[in-house]
Amino acid sequence: MDAILEFAWLLIRIVLYTLLPLILLVAYYTYAERRVIGAMQARIGPNRIGPWGLFQPFADVIKLLLKEIILPKEANRYLFLIAPILSIAPAFAVWAVVPVGEGMVWADLNAGVIYILALSSMGVYGIILAGWASNSKYALLGAMRSAAQVVSYEIAMGFSLLGVLVLAGSLNLQEIVNAQAGGMLDWYWLPLLPMFAIYIIAGLAETNRAPFDMAEGESEIVAGFHVEYAGAAFAVFFLAEYANMILISALTAIFFFGGWLSPFEGWAFLGDSWLRQSSVFWFMGKLAFFMFNFLWIRATFPRYRYDQVMRLGWKVFIPITMVWVLVAAMFVFNGIVVRGA
Amino acid sequence: MNKVIRYFKSLMMIELWQGLGVTFKHMFKPKFTVFYPEEQIPKSNRFRGIHALRRYPNGEERCIACKLCEAVCPALAITIDSEMRDDGTRRTTRYEIDLFKCVYCGFCEESCPVDSIVLTDFADFHMEDPKESILDKQQLLALGDRFEESISKNRQQDAAYR
Ligand code: SF4
Ligand code: SF4
Repeated sequence: MDAILEFAWLLIRIVLYTLLPLILLVAYYTYAERRVIGAMQARIGPNRIGPWGLFQPFADVIKLLLKEIILPKEANRYLFLIAPILSIAPAFAVWAVVPVGEGMVWADLNAGVIYILALSSMGVYGIILAGWASNSKYALLGAMRSAAQVVSYEIAMGFSLLGVLVLAGSLNLQEIVNAQAGGMLDWYWLPLLPMFAIYIIAGLAETNRAPFDMAEGESEIVAGFHVEYAGAAFAVFFLAEYANMILISALTAIFFFGGWLSPFEGWAFLGDSWLRQSSVFWFMGKLAFFMFNFLWIRATFPRYRYDQVMRLGWKVFIPITMVWVLVAAMFVFNGIVVRGA
Repeated sequence: MNKVIRYFKSLMMIELWQGLGVTFKHMFKPKFTVFYPEEQIPKSNRFRGIHALRRYPNGEERCIACKLCEAVCPALAITIDSEMRDDGTRRTTRYEIDLFKCVYCGFCEESCPVDSIVLTDFADFHMEDPKESILDKQQLLALGDRFEESISKNRQQDAAYR
């Protein structure tokens, strides 16, 4: 009995501390996206519902939930309905190993990075199944594009992480963050600069965001894999996309930007002020910065052509990351970067 | 050599950074958005909005049921029936415009010999029932009464150029 209660309490805590904030963050991320991109295009964006349009996400959610879920006649019912769940579940599950602050993590896995890689490749199943089960040519094309793209960029992403692992000497996310201690210039973005850039760009491709939103390509294949989805099922896909963006931002912050560490850690002249303390707020700040990058990039760049995406992934990113893994190993070997310190 | 330089330029993503700079700058520039129902952009005096039938200042309707507008309408949106009125003039008994058919070309206005049918500069109308798309004579005359001021003002401003 006690065990059940404890389990229930754990579930409630997970929902309260991780899921709910995450969903709220997604809601306001969509709002921020429309405001930021609007501003960048000299528009204003939603500003009617609530003060400055702040209730817009809720209006959208209510609208989506009230709409009918349309099942295409020729669709495979079960896969059609399972696909959104398959794409959202990994996006949330990865947060189990993401430390937002010192010790603030649900599962302090030794092989956290592997867990992340495994789960984030699961997300593509949702997309493939959605495209296949809809039994529509646009959806299938979108799914195929997305699958090919995710698979090829995952390699580049994996190699960038390999660089991090070489420097940190650990697969545990907390240890990776702690290995970066020492201030802004000790974070891994500096020794791994090309990998940092590639991780961000591959992150865009992984989440199917502009300029790599081939999978959606509304001017070519209408909306890609979720063209047949409506109402709540569509909302779930939407949620998954944004949750994935937040996740990639968080991971970038952890792997390359020192997670919750303060950028001014080693600056003795700042005294003992809060600026030098590492805290959750630093993590939030970095998260916000990388999340903003997603929007900024979307507002700036036009969509890549499909063969260009593949060329970039296979002929530019993968070779660069491969070479830089060696360079990183050389850094460690020559003591330029002290491993795990 | 040029090729090598270009290769490194593309690796450094110089153009991409410039592009990002442009969008970032624009984020803080003043916005052009017009808050539509509260604010309106100025309209040309040739703006072609909803139709209206005008009257003479003495209250007599202008239309003489010549049916030129009905004939010229490319969308066949106008339907007219006419009869002799008690005072011996020819008047319409039915004058209907189907706003769903109408393409707002303004030919009816051009063709009218007595400036009866006109297109006002009023465009903020809507229908809640598809049946409401057909404006009958009474509605058109009412619209004419309602917008007479702006109609005559716009016609006067435009007169010099016609
Ligand atoms: S504006 Fe053109 S389409 Fe409309 S009623 Fe007049 S003539 Fe017909
Ligand atoms: S509105 Fe003008 S053109 Fe049309 S029937 Fe009347 S007078 Fe003739």
